[in-house]
Amino acid sequence: MKKLYSNKWLILIFLLPALILFCGVLIAPIGASFYFSLFNWKGIGPMKFIGLENYKELFTSNSIGFLKALGNALILAALSVFIQLPLALALALALGKKIKGERTFLAVYFMPVLISTVVIGQLWLKIYNPDYGILNVFLRSIGLESWAKIWLGTKQTAFGAVLVPILWQYVGYHMLLLYAGVKSVPPELLEAGMLDGASNWQINRYIVLPSIKPIIRISVIFAVTGSLKSFDMIYVLTNGGPMHATEVPSTLMISMLFLRNRYGMGSAIAVILILLCFGFALLINLIFRESEE
Amino acid sequence: MRNNSKAIRIIIYVGLVFWLLVNLFPVYWMFTFSLKSNAEIFGENVVGLPREWLWSNYATALKTGNMGRYFLNSAIVAVATIIITLLVALMATFALTRMIWKRQKKMNRFFMLGLTIPIHASIVPVYVTLSRLHLLNTYFALIIPYSAFSLSMGILVCTGFMNEIPRELDEAACIDGCGTWGVFWRIIVPLMKPAVATVGIYTFLQCWNELMFANIFISKSDLRTLPVGVQALSGQYTTEWGPIGAALVLATFPMLFIYIFLSKKIQDSFIAGAIKG
Repeated sequence: MKKLYSNKWLILIFLLPALILFCGVLIAPIGASFYFSLFNWKGIGPMKFIGLENYKELFTSNSIGFLKALGNALILAALSVFIQLPLALALALALGKKIKGERTFLAVYFMPVLISTVVIGQLWLKIYNPDYGILNVFLRSIGLESWAKIWLGTKQTAFGAVLVPILWQYVGYHMLLLYAGVKSVPPELLEAGMLDGASNWQINRYIVLPSIKPIIRISVIFAVTGSLKSFDMIYVLTNGGPMHATEVPSTLMISMLFLRNRYGMGSAIAVILILLCFGFALLINLIFRESEE
Repeated sequence: MRNNSKAIRIIIYVGLVFWLLVNLFPVYWMFTFSLKSNAEIFGENVVGLPREWLWSNYATALKTGNMGRYFLNSAIVAVATIIITLLVALMATFALTRMIWKRQKKMNRFFMLGLTIPIHASIVPVYVTLSRLHLLNTYFALIIPYSAFSLSMGILVCTGFMNEIPRELDEAACIDGCGTWGVFWRIIVPLMKPAVATVGIYTFLQCWNELMFANIFISKSDLRTLPVGVQALSGQYTTEWGPIGAALVLATFPMLFIYIFLSKKIQDSFIAGAIKG
């Protein structure tokens, strides 16, 4: 059998489809994106080499608004980590306590993750609709007429209005991961804690949290990289407007590519996003490793 | 002390029920306004059950809105993606965990890079390549990228399951005269059913809801998938909410229907996809 399993040709045949697919669609394009980002290129016609000019323009031009978009993505990342995750953790801890209806709560909380973001975005468009949306209808009905706003169309409120559904949709996802972690804490540990007279709070703080640290790390990485990449909800709700108020790097990249035909510039944004995602994943791993020592 | 902890339990319960309602309300609202007329939605009856059940909204969404077609497109793309992902991932995992060669670990780690690579990396190069190969506006334009981006997760899950199959089975099959292909198809693949379900579900959810590729690689309206179709439809019907509601329900209910029966399995596949990484 050893001989059979060491056949170089067979190994290659088994690996080849995966290698072609993986390198062709994921690995090679990273290099290609970087290469394109060094050119001024309209997608067709001649490519003009301009070195790092695209990057320079992104970071210095005010009219493109890349720094604003990046800032928005970082705000979203921070809110994910400091609002969405604690909420998810609280739900996971509560559900981990063998509460009545545990499975129903879990199933419903996770449901928004499965529904297409386009559908959820369309629903929120209706909720925010200035004339008939239930938010303004509700505000008017309780006499807060003056609080009713054109939520997605006003520069001051648009970004906040976009953040709410984004943060809401994925609470269930992080809750599920953390809940799986809470459930995998050995019951003996919890019993030992209770025998020693630890309060609920102390058990959570000193037994459960330390044991689910690896999962918290994964959740933080997903929350941060997911925020940097966020696209769907913003595309549906505002597509970056009004006046770039809700712009994030992904929406900017798409409009660079397919509205303005600036393929080099679009690629430069893609490259920055790839670097940021890897960079933040490494950084978060490092922070968690530090705190373990 | 006991009263105190009981009070806390009640507070926790109230919080949980509140969040339950926050999550149920949008879905309830979607179902009800999909069956209402504008008059009801816009004032007479904003959040109640529909007074008159307007099934014609669904007829409009299906006929004029072309939702049936989008549904079919999404299904074709999803099924093809699942088959390709599974086949390719199973083969690769077989080479990575069962066959004998150097640098298996390194190769495995290489494939795991895919878990962190954002799809943004591929947009421009894949778009340019597809357009040169005249593959834009075909199902392949979505099936190939979707399969590639599901591959890492597929290999990850399959590796876990395949390592648990005892190697004595391979030996026994070998002695009975099976070749490598025979072992793979007749012994390993049939034993990988749980992995196949997990990867299948996960891949299905990924491509059923994907928007960015679907929006860019397909511009022909006949080939649109559901998310893009819904988006286009709501651009056409800005003043009539009923048919949009119906379209949203049509795009969502198969997912929710499957979820009702397979909620544990679906949750497990998400956990497997995240935590084993």
